[in-house]
Amino acid sequence: MEVKGGKGSPRVDLTPMVDLGFLLITFFMFTTTMSKPKAMQIQMPYDDPELKKEQKSEVKESTAMTILLSKDNRIYYYFGIGNDPEKPPKLELTTFKDKDGIRDVIINKKKEIQSLIAAGTPGLDADDNITVMIKADDKATTDDLIGVLDEMTITAVPVYAVVDITPVDLEFISKTEQASGEQ
Amino acid sequence: MAKLKMARKSTFVDMTAMCDVAFLLLTFFILATKIKPPEAVEVRTPASTSTTQIPDNFMLMSLSKDGRVYFNIENLNAREALINYLNENKGLGLTAKEIQNFKEANSIGVPFNQLKSYLDLSVADRTKFDKKAPGIPVDTTGNFETNELAYWIRATRMLNPDYLIAIKADGAAAYPYVKKIIGTLGHQKIYRFNFITESKGIPPGSPLAQERAEKIKKGIVE
Repeated sequence: MEVKGGKGSPRVDLTPMVDLGFLLITFFMFTTTMSKPKAMQIQMPYDDPELKKEQKSEVKESTAMTILLSKDNRIYYYFGIGNDPEKPPKLELTTFKDKDGIRDVIINKKKEIQSLIAAGTPGLDADDNITVMIKADDKATTDDLIGVLDEMTITAVPVYAVVDITPVDLEFISKTEQASGEQ
Repeated sequence: MAKLKMARKSTFVDMTAMCDVAFLLLTFFILATKIKPPEAVEVRTPASTSTTQIPDNFMLMSLSKDGRVYFNIENLNAREALINYLNENKGLGLTAKEIQNFKEANSIGVPFNQLKSYLDLSVADRTKFDKKAPGIPVDTTGNFETNELAYWIRATRMLNPDYLIAIKADGAAAYPYVKKIIGTLGHQKIYRFNFITESKGIPPGSPLAQERAEKIKKGIVE
């Protein structure tokens, strides 16, 4: 059909308008902060000197796991409390990777404790679960701390605590580093 | 071979649809944008899977990459009460104009003995100064003379007992800096606080993901 009459073309060239539209989109895309920051609540262990020894909960050797954070986002971990310098625990090195990282280690340990309880190991109650102690040395960063605390949430570890690193633990780290050929 | 006869077509493309899309996206981004308030110091927070909202009333401690600490509260009434309290108890000798400047200021990252001269600066100079501000002195003790951050926290909590603690720490900041802040809080018997983090997705198949799925099944929506 032909348009009759000299009323002008009803078609308007929209190209400049599209240009303008996309220019503004680009601007807003760059200024937008898409993800709102969130709050991560953490609870530190009480350090009350008036607390009697009987009131403090003891960590069982078979459910305990210690995570040591060190330089270059490294994670060392060992099972047990590791307060005996005579019998140093075997330190393993792992990372924050999704596969075969610290997450899988924790999940496997949880399963192991569950099967130990099912087998009726003496000293373990039915409601016992993994207890993780997190210790960071001076070369660790905030990323490491938040990352490992987040792993606790991801793997649903019921009891964990951020505690100060002990000289014994520092010695474990340096010995492990030496063994792997580092100075 | 028969010659293919090309239909003569107009080169004019109808832009209406494209225009519609462009403006639809534009509207979305305009609505989704929240203009970032200017910050005293640039902090790149770590990411976590936490979905908790940031609490309403809180004092914010920002920790820069190199360990400088900044202190901030947002509520203007609380700011005014705080600076009046500090002025009186720390003998800062601030003028009415400096108090007004404090109310309008951003995060504070200067020791008490520099606070007066800092508040004397113009807004532009303050913004410039913030980038290289010395930070609030903090150490591992609970001593209010040397650990000025402890004094800020105690004063704020005295005036506003319901205020929560939020720490906005740079992911690259070394752990001892964070430990100083945590230690300072511990000396004041504060063991529960929040870290400000970026959000990230929950890894599929993890216990947390299962927990969430069960909650959704039961109809508990967070």
